[in-house]
Amino acid sequence: MIPLSWYLILAAGLFCLGLYGVLARKNAVAILMGIELMLNAVNINLVAFWRYQEPLDVAGQVFAIMVFAVSAAEVAVGLALVISLYRRRRSVVAENMDLLRW
Amino acid sequence: MTPIQALFIITSVLLLVSGFMVVTARNLVRAALWLIAALFMVAVVFVLLDAGFLAVVQVVVYIGAIAILFIFAVMLTRRVMQESGPQSNSWWWVAGLFSLLLFFGLTWIILGWGGAAQHAPRVSAADLDNIEQLGLALVDPAGYVVPFEVASVLLLAALIGAIVVAWDRN
Repeated sequence: MIPLSWYLILAAGLFCLGLYGVLARKNAVAILMGIELMLNAVNINLVAFWRYQEPLDVAGQVFAIMVFAVSAAEVAVGLALVISLYRRRRSVVAENMDLLRW
Repeated sequence: MTPIQALFIITSVLLLVSGFMVVTARNLVRAALWLIAALFMVAVVFVLLDAGFLAVVQVVVYIGAIAILFIFAVMLTRRVMQESGPQSNSWWWVAGLFSLLLFFGLTWIILGWGGAAQHAPRVSAADLDNIEQLGLALVDPAGYVVPFEVASVLLLAALIGAIVVAWDRN
């Protein structure tokens, strides 16, 4: 049997990898990939808590499904923004996107 | 060590290695392929957690839709970011340090929490096979019909928004 802490530590590791990707990557598409890793880590946590705390209640799985829906929406809009910026500025480097810089 | 623990450890190692390759690979197409591997390993973790339906949804939605969208976006924007040159900004070591610190902090908190050592309660296989309950809960007014409808509107808004944002007016 696997203790709950194993899943939590795995999710923490995946979340931190995603965080590193978001903070350190230059390419905006790669930053979105890091966000995907973080959302997956959250989902592992949600499903692990569902299984270990309330396996007879569907709430944990419903939360995970909501995270699926939100991440699909986030990726669709995020990639559309990246493609739109690429058309205007010929760049997908996040540091170059400084239209709002004062 | 039981076989299921060995399976968990193999899956975790593969997942973390794929995740590491996603955030460090120079070639973004390769990063997207590693992302598919990582998402598949998350589906395996869902199977280990007895959430078979979520594992299927993970493969269909994440690998079938989101990862393909990523590959499309990489292909559409690949000319500006060739494989050469650094792919991370000059602050990458601060980001790495911060991530490592957060990981050890989280691990410390998890290991210090009393409930972390608990094992999964024994539940019959019939109770874990809850697709029907899940479907009913999502359309039940006493359940989750409002979040479900809000998620539908959000997806519709994202669909229209993505088309509007990426529309080439010329």
